[in-house]
Amino acid sequence: MHDLGSLTPLGGKTSKTDQIGAIGITEVTTTALASVSCRMGKAQAFATAATALFGGPLPGPGQSTKGDPYGVIWTGPEQWFAEAPFDSHEDIAKTLKAGLGDTASVTEQTDGWVRFDVSGATVVDLLERLCPVPARQMQTGAATRTVVEHMGCLVICRAAGAQFSILAPRSYAASLHHALVTAARSIA
Amino acid sequence: MIINHPLLGPRDSQEFTYLGDANLIDRPDWQAEDAVDQFHDYLYLRNNPAGAHRELWFHEQGDRSWLVVTRDTRTHEITAVELARDVARAKGRSK
Repeated sequence: MHDLGSLTPLGGKTSKTDQIGAIGITEVTTTALASVSCRMGKAQAFATAATALFGGPLPGPGQSTKGDPYGVIWTGPEQWFAEAPFDSHEDIAKTLKAGLGDTASVTEQTDGWVRFDVSGATVVDLLERLCPVPARQMQTGAATRTVVEHMGCLVICRAAGAQFSILAPRSYAASLHHALVTAARSIA
Repeated sequence: MIINHPLLGPRDSQEFTYLGDANLIDRPDWQAEDAVDQFHDYLYLRNNPAGAHRELWFHEQGDRSWLVVTRDTRTHEITAVELARDVARAKGRSK
């Protein structure tokens, strides 16, 4: 038997954490992720199935919801990302597919993305340097795709003005980390 | 330039890419008798107005929806933004 260890998107054995001034930057690897797209002509059945599965209505444009165990993020018309703890939902796509049946197409995304959580008193200053979303006005739960240093990223407000998650395609991990650290140093 | 996205509100234009004239939505019927002529016009003929112009923009670094933006080519003032999906459906396309 091979004994293979998993690597984080930045290539380490454990997730990387940086504290620069008031800003904390944490590589988060404890979340399983899957995309959910409503199939054409199945909107009604999908809404019913999704409400039952996620324990509430799906978030509208620019919003996300936080449930137990699933958090749901709006990513586009008729398309969402679902996240859940990796330990209990490693096979998230399979579980979602079982709950949604042929009303939706579900695709595994866990290893396709890198997630950094940024937090601290000056975190809004950091985002204002990096991306064109109005971070200062974002309420808890607001979520949107945007550009961070030319990289298409998903920015999710976990706690207004205090904590945000930034998701980028996994292969951008080092570039995004560099951008975050550089911007954080310019504030600290 | 700020584009007022119908779903997401005002967004910076750096999130968008530009395609061209919104008439590209009106793809001709390829089985028509004069399909060759229709496709010639569809591909090569464009109005070049000094004023209001309907054009297709793609929210590439966002929710990836296509928009029909009405923009004044002289001032860059944007007077209307619609989802291209809604525009096409209003013409009876792809239910």
